[in-house]
Amino acid sequence: MLSRTADHLFWMARYIERAENTARVLDVTHSTSLLPDDSAGAEANLWYAPLNISGCAADYTAKYGGLAESVSVTRFIALDPDNPASIYTSLMLARENARAVRGAITGEMWEIINATWLELNRMSPTLSGNRLTPFFDWVKERSHLFRGVTLGTILKDDALNFIRLGTFLERADNTARILDVKYHILLPSVQDVGGAADYYQWGALLRSVSALEAYRKIYRDVISPQRVAELLVLRADMPRSLHACLNEVDSTLEIINGSTGREARRCAGELHASLHFNLIENIFAEGLHEYLTDFLGRIDVLAKEIRSAYLARRDESVAPFPIRQMAQVQ
Amino acid sequence: MHESTTILSKPPAFNEMLSPEGEVRDQYRDVTGQLFSMPLEALSLKQREAEVLFRRLGITFAVYGQDAGAERLIPFDVIPRIFSASEWGLLARGLKQRVRALNAFLHDIYHGQEIIKAGLIPAHQILKNSQYQPEMQGIDLPNQVYAHIAGIDLVRVAENDFYVLEDNLRTPSGVSYMLENRNTMMRLFPDLFASHTVAPVDHYPQMLLDTLIEAAPPNVDQPVIVVMTPGANNSAYFEHAFLASQMGVELVEGKDLFVHAGKVYMHTTEGPQQIHVIYRRVDDDFLDPLVFRPDSMLGVPGLMSAYRGGGVVLANAVGTGVADDKSTYLYVPAMIEFYLGEKPILSNVPTWRLSEPEDLKYVLAHLPELVVKEVQGSGGYGMLVGPTSTPDEIVAYRERILASPASFIAQPTLALSTCPTLVEAGIAPRHVDLRPFVLSGKEIRLVPGGLTRVALTEGSLVVNSSQGGGTKDTWILED
Repeated sequence: MLSRTADHLFWMARYIERAENTARVLDVTHSTSLLPDDSAGAEANLWYAPLNISGCAADYTAKYGGLAESVSVTRFIALDPDNPASIYTSLMLARENARAVRGAITGEMWEIINATWLELNRMSPTLSGNRLTPFFDWVKERSHLFRGVTLGTILKDDALNFIRLGTFLERADNTARILDVKYHILLPSVQDVGGAADYYQWGALLRSVSALEAYRKIYRDVISPQRVAELLVLRADMPRSLHACLNEVDSTLEIINGSTGREARRCAGELHASLHFNLIENIFAEGLHEYLTDFLGRIDVLAKEIRSAYLARRDESVAPFPIRQMAQVQ
Repeated sequence: MHESTTILSKPPAFNEMLSPEGEVRDQYRDVTGQLFSMPLEALSLKQREAEVLFRRLGITFAVYGQDAGAERLIPFDVIPRIFSASEWGLLARGLKQRVRALNAFLHDIYHGQEIIKAGLIPAHQILKNSQYQPEMQGIDLPNQVYAHIAGIDLVRVAENDFYVLEDNLRTPSGVSYMLENRNTMMRLFPDLFASHTVAPVDHYPQMLLDTLIEAAPPNVDQPVIVVMTPGANNSAYFEHAFLASQMGVELVEGKDLFVHAGKVYMHTTEGPQQIHVIYRRVDDDFLDPLVFRPDSMLGVPGLMSAYRGGGVVLANAVGTGVADDKSTYLYVPAMIEFYLGEKPILSNVPTWRLSEPEDLKYVLAHLPELVVKEVQGSGGYGMLVGPTSTPDEIVAYRERILASPASFIAQPTLALSTCPTLVEAGIAPRHVDLRPFVLSGKEIRLVPGGLTRVALTEGSLVVNSSQGGGTKDTWILED
């Protein structure tokens, strides 16, 4: 497969996945904001999280100044074309990448991506009130639809492999970010295990990655931070966990044709093994934040190895896509 | 001089559906029965459905110089244009003959230049032509084919009179619309196809692939074919992607390719892979910054040298523009007689060359009734349609002609034939042309059909999509 084609497919999938995860984060932030919390700076604290997760806190401050607040953060992250991390921008870039390799994806895949973009542009740029949840659901549904159409229509060859690599690398990255930032915010209430607020807060985090039902099924007990982390980092049967994502990345790299990706396969295998054989107690002993920071760094290295093995071409010196900086967690 | 006065008298345009007595012609009878009996609102609804389909499929084009219209639809008209099998038979023979002669001409002028020696074309017409590529002199191409893909624009002025308006031998576009128009019609009106035997066109991509495989350098067992595009911002990008995917080959840009030791490779996920035939939709000037425009980012350094050495085949060849230039056009009938020893089946439109003082004088005196075009122009840009221009426009154009007469040709305003077309007020006749696509490999092939373009504005003769023209599905009925 043409390196440029693989590159566009990889990024098309990453941007779709990113749009979905961004919608998940905003959705859960909104439902959390409906809970009573009269502590000082509660709103800013809450709304700073999505900015932090998507790495656009500095851009937000530059545009709006002051503390994070509900309406402007939502607008900024959902539909602001000037924000490189917005859902709007992600869906635009997904479409641009798809358009650049129009012939390498199926007609149905293109129709979904293109129709999504056209529909997005018909929406009013000011989202608010009772139109928020339908919007976030819509973004998630379009992403689900795209994944389903992809699996249902595309030939199982390297095109699909690079799409899967993009999807699962992005998902691993996003889950790690969500867990890291949310965990930090929620940590002060750890003493309060079992309290109602705690239940809702952790419940909201689990819901944002569609893991609440899985949690109940597996643990059948109160929500504890350590188990939440275990579920989202180490459980291979939890579809958005780091372990599950690395399973997919690792096995996909194994079946990509050619012999150029040895170093990428080694990186993925090592990262995968470290998840496969780790215990949540060890991770907490090291510190979850430190662990996740290290994980994001290694995902980044892996992405670079994949890039130089498969996706590089003549104009390589310029990185054509923005690389997000990991947010600083205070 | 030219025998043009007869068509200058502007007879009423030939109506392809109705005879002068007002009778519906045979090939249109069933369609009018079924389509025209639908309420107008139902037809308009179908038209809007077609637009939704086109937009969702992303069948769009970019109009240059208009930022707002970054992606526009070409309007699609739901009423098909219909030819009988015998009408098409004549056209197909004429098209094959013409393209065979054009390829023979290109081979000749890049080799022995016999046609110049025979005194049929002045040497300066070729050698001073900006489209003549000296780099191509003496290079032998497989099958002696230069224009592998040719789009020949035809207009009809009477029952049996077709004129060739121009030959497009560089990177003719529009074939994807021919194919998608048919798809759309079959989705919108399945019943019509049940009651007509319409010759299929959807094997065009396979024919194109066969043609490109035949174009490969000799002794290559399984040639690797690619489509080369300037990129996603090109106005015809949809078509480039469409054809690549229909043929199952890679769609490449210049930056995907590199030249090593006289061969051309593409960067793939499995490392470099050699390619043998490039169906390039990039103009000559942008192919290789080492030979042509050094500022071009679209091309591949060293491509021309690999091409000259036979390491790769370009389709179409470099330098075909010298044969489809509007001033060379005049000599095509002579080429047919010279190379094939045959009488031309399709006629040229009578044309005045403004480089000739006599012609210039006549044209300047008759501007309001003529069509004047730039020799190098395309896409309907920069032309003067005398009868629909204001006196000011004519005065301004006259200044342009006088500044450089040899850059222009003039033709009578043809009464282009009309087809029934759905417009706001209902169904009304609109002027049409036709671009069939002729493929040249070891043999010459064409699918029965082409792209019909229609001037949607009442009375307008300009069918180019860049000028607000639309398209129709084109049917060749089987006997």
